[in-house]
Formats: sequence, C-alpha cells, structure tokens
Amino acid sequence: MEKSSSPACEWAPLRKVWEFADDRLGLNEWIAFGRKKTVPQHGHTFWYYFGGISMFFFLVQVTTGILLLLYYRPGPEAYDSVRQITYDIEFGWLIRSAHSWSANLMVLAVFVHMFSVFFMKAFRKPREFGWWTGLGLLGVTMVFGFSGYLLPMDELAYFATKVGLEIPGSIPIVGSFAADLARGGPTVDGNTVQRFFTLHVVILPIVFGALLGVHLFLVQRHGNAVPPSEEAKPVAERASIPFFPDFLLKDLAMWLVALNLLAILVSLFPWPLGPQADPLTPAPAGIHPEWYFMSQFQLLKVLGNWFPGTVGEILGIGLFSLGGLIWAVIPLLDRSEENKAMARLGTRIGLVFLGALIVLTVWGYMVV
Amino acid sequence: MTMNETNGPGSTESQEPQDSGAEPLKEASGSQCDCVARRAAMAAGVGVFGAGYAGAIGYPVYRYLSTPVRRAASAAAVTEVSLPEAASMEPGTATMFMFGTRTAILIRHEDEHYTAFDATCTHLGCTVKYEPENKRIFCACHGGVYDPETGDALAGPPPKGLTVYRVENRDGEIVVARM
Repeated sequence: MEKSSSPACEWAPLRKVWEFADDRLGLNEWIAFGRKKTVPQHGHTFWYYFGGISMFFFLVQVTTGILLLLYYRPGPEAYDSVRQITYDIEFGWLIRSAHSWSANLMVLAVFVHMFSVFFMKAFRKPREFGWWTGLGLLGVTMVFGFSGYLLPMDELAYFATKVGLEIPGSIPIVGSFAADLARGGPTVDGNTVQRFFTLHVVILPIVFGALLGVHLFLVQRHGNAVPPSEEAKPVAERASIPFFPDFLLKDLAMWLVALNLLAILVSLFPWPLGPQADPLTPAPAGIHPEWYFMSQFQLLKVLGNWFPGTVGEILGIGLFSLGGLIWAVIPLLDRSEENKAMARLGTRIGLVFLGALIVLTVWGYMVV
Repeated sequence: MTMNETNGPGSTESQEPQDSGAEPLKEASGSQCDCVARRAAMAAGVGVFGAGYAGAIGYPVYRYLSTPVRRAASAAAVTEVSLPEAASMEPGTATMFMFGTRTAILIRHEDEHYTAFDATCTHLGCTVKYEPENKRIFCACHGGVYDPETGDALAGPPPKGLTVYRVENRDGEIVVARM
C-alpha cells in the first residue's frame, strides 16, 4: 500500500504505471492533500469512527444485496426464492444472514453516529447541511429497513408491513390514499412486494447515493468538528493526526473490528426464515416491528390505550413529528457556545430524546 | 533507477529517501536496518492476514455464485433419455428434446427408422432443425448443413459433424443413449 503512495517505486515497471496514472489523474496531489489533512485528536475522538463504520456496513449491504439479487425473485415467488437462497443455494444462508445482520448493525451505527454528532454539537455553523443530509440518510436507511423486511414474505414480514402501513393510513384524508398507493391495493400482497422491491433496489439506492455524496463532500469541506470542550482551548494546544495514513489506518482497523463482529453474528446466529405469509392465518402472538421502529410502535400503543381510537394515533404521530421537527431545526436554535442557556437546552433535548428512545424501546420489548 | 538520489547498489528494498519532500513521516527514528526488517515483517504479516480474509470471504461467495453451474454439471451427467411419445411420431418428422442440459433432435425417417443427434450446431452454437423436404439438417444462423442419417457436416461453416446418439426401441419405447 504505502509503496504505491510513494512517487518513486524501486521496481521500474510499477513506477512507470504509477507515473502514467499520476500524470493523468494527479494521484500525488491527492496523497499530498491527504497528508496535509488532519483529524483532531482528543478525549472523544473515538466517536469519529461511527460515520465510517456506518459506511462500512452500507458497503456490505451493497455487496450482499447484489449477491442476493442473483437468486431473489419478487412477486408471488418471493418466499420460495428466499427459501431457496436460505436452504438450497450453497452459502446462501450466509449471504442472507450477512445482509440482515449488517442492516441492523448499520442502523445502530447510524444512531450512534447521529447522537455523537449531536452531543459534540457538530451540527453548528458551518455544518448545518451535514446534519440535514445526515437526517435524510437516516430516513432513507429506515425506509431501506422497512422495505427490505417485507421482501422474504414470511409471516413476520407480512404482519410487520401490514401494521406499519396502518399507521400512516390513519392520518386523515391523505393517509389511506398514501397507504393504498404504497401497498398497491388495499392488502399486502404480491403487488406490495414488487413495489417494495423496486423501492429497495432502485429508488432508495439512488437517493441514498446522492445524499451520501453531498454528506461526504461536506465532511471533506469542513473537516471534523471538535466538541465545545476542545474548542475552548487555544488552537496551538489542540492535538491532531494526519488523515493519511494515520487516521485512515485507524479507520480501516475499526472496519476490521466491524467485519469480525459481523462475521461472528452472521455465522453463530444465522438469520431465520419464518413460515410463508398466508392471509388466512391469524397473526401469531408477539408480532412486533424491527427494534429501530419499536419506540414509535410502543408510543402509539401506549397512547392508543390512554386515548382510544383515532385520537391516540393522531397524538402519537403528532408527537413523533414534533420531535422530528425539533431534531431537524436544532442547528438553527443551538448556534454557539456563547448562548449558554440555549447550548444547555440543546444538550438536554438530546438527552431527553435519547432517553425516550431507549425507554420506549426497552418497554416495547418487555410487553411484547 | 532513481534519478534524483543515487544511493549506490546497497539500498535494495528501502524506502528511506523517498518521501519526495512532502511531509516528514513521524517514525524516522531507529536505525535504518531495524526499520527495513520491521517493514518487511509487517508487509508479510499484512499480506498473510489479508489473504486469509480474502479466502474466508471469497470462498463462500464463489460457492454461492457457482451453485447453478455445479447443479447443471450433475444434470448433464445423464446417459440415456426415454421418449415414450416418440413411438407415435409420423414418419418424415423430427422432434426436439432435452438430453440432460443439451438440446437434442430425434428424427423418424420415411422408412420408420430413427436417428438422434445433439442439436447444437458445431459452428457457433445455434440450434439446428430438420428439413424433411430437403432431407437435411440445417442451421439457419450461417447455413450449415448436416446429414440426417450420420450427422456429418455436408456444407457451410460447421467444422465437424453433430454428436450422434444411439436410438433403441425397447418394447415399443424409444430410448436415446450416449454412444
């Protein structure tokens, strides 16, 4: 690796190739740029890795997703094709397990990344658009998860999707229309799978790719933010390390840790496949969504008990929308460390949101 | 071959003076020799490690991708195919059938005897057809002509004849087998 980074390799043919490419692509400029670029070093540096880890899992998703596409058939044969992948095609279970596990780990990494950015106040000027594109990426990631969950068309997938689409369906006027459009009819069936498939493998990747491009460009442009505690120090006292090769190697080491964790989960806990979805079968006990939708699910359930009927649902959706709105405009409210009261309030909002997410999620699992 | 800094022939594998003046690497301490040895050991370690990971990921992916290929190979291993319908074929007609994974052709001639061939043209792989009016097997892609009795290439680009199968009549049941 390092050898090719050096403009004068000792092996002549390799050096010629390098010079040919460098002449046309300006590779040495990139390396010089990477050497000049630095990453701040302080007590909270650890959290910088989670953006990269999220991206690593995304790359695993792309790779395993393409592999699954070779055998997956959307539409009425969906379940059968996933059964084939899981039990018939050699190592198909492994590829599918990797896709499912990596999806969950990616959502987890994205959440850690988001909250660490939040508490480091990295959304402040000039990084507001980084925050907003990040929220967009989170939204797309969750729709990725929701749409992908249906594709095997087993019992759990079927009911999770049914329930999941009932929720927006309860929004007055537009809700039921939107839900019908998403399902491709009044019920979850082959049409829904086909739609979710198109969403999952064509539309979402395009949107995600565009958002990610802007997100990474902004990270590149503004560099890593430092937490307020670090910002208070004079510039001369702040430590940093070169991006290339120091930080890049550390980043890659974290990717390796992520890969090993994934390998352990994938092989020791292969992702299961339930019985085929059947509209004539009543919902089995304990139907619940994926963990990252659990807090919303639990909030709706609780409010539905307190305020029966549509009122509870509207209240729940309203509450979550309000939370999302506050989360999105936080860079406009908590703008600098000078406004101490606002800075404290921002941190408290973050703690309340994080606490609410954890409590609701745990609560949801306890009553399932 | 370094133009800018000639070090003499001793510096075979070293990296020392090659920083192109960009930014000094921070680990320039220690003797040159130690550094080179450590670098080589590191490189070897990373190489072995990387190869291990590449294999651990590459092997399952290879098996996953090639599963249908292996299945096809075992399907192709058939030695004979029974064609119960063939006994009622009109004389002077032909029928296509699958011999394992290969397309094959069975011809019932005017005198009621049968011949069977692999139906893949030996030129560029198109599927051939029987022309009873011309009493020949013909490939429409590039005009290859074969003998319907022997499978020999008669005209056009085919470099050799069609693979011939043996046809047996077992108590009224037509069975096609490898020669």
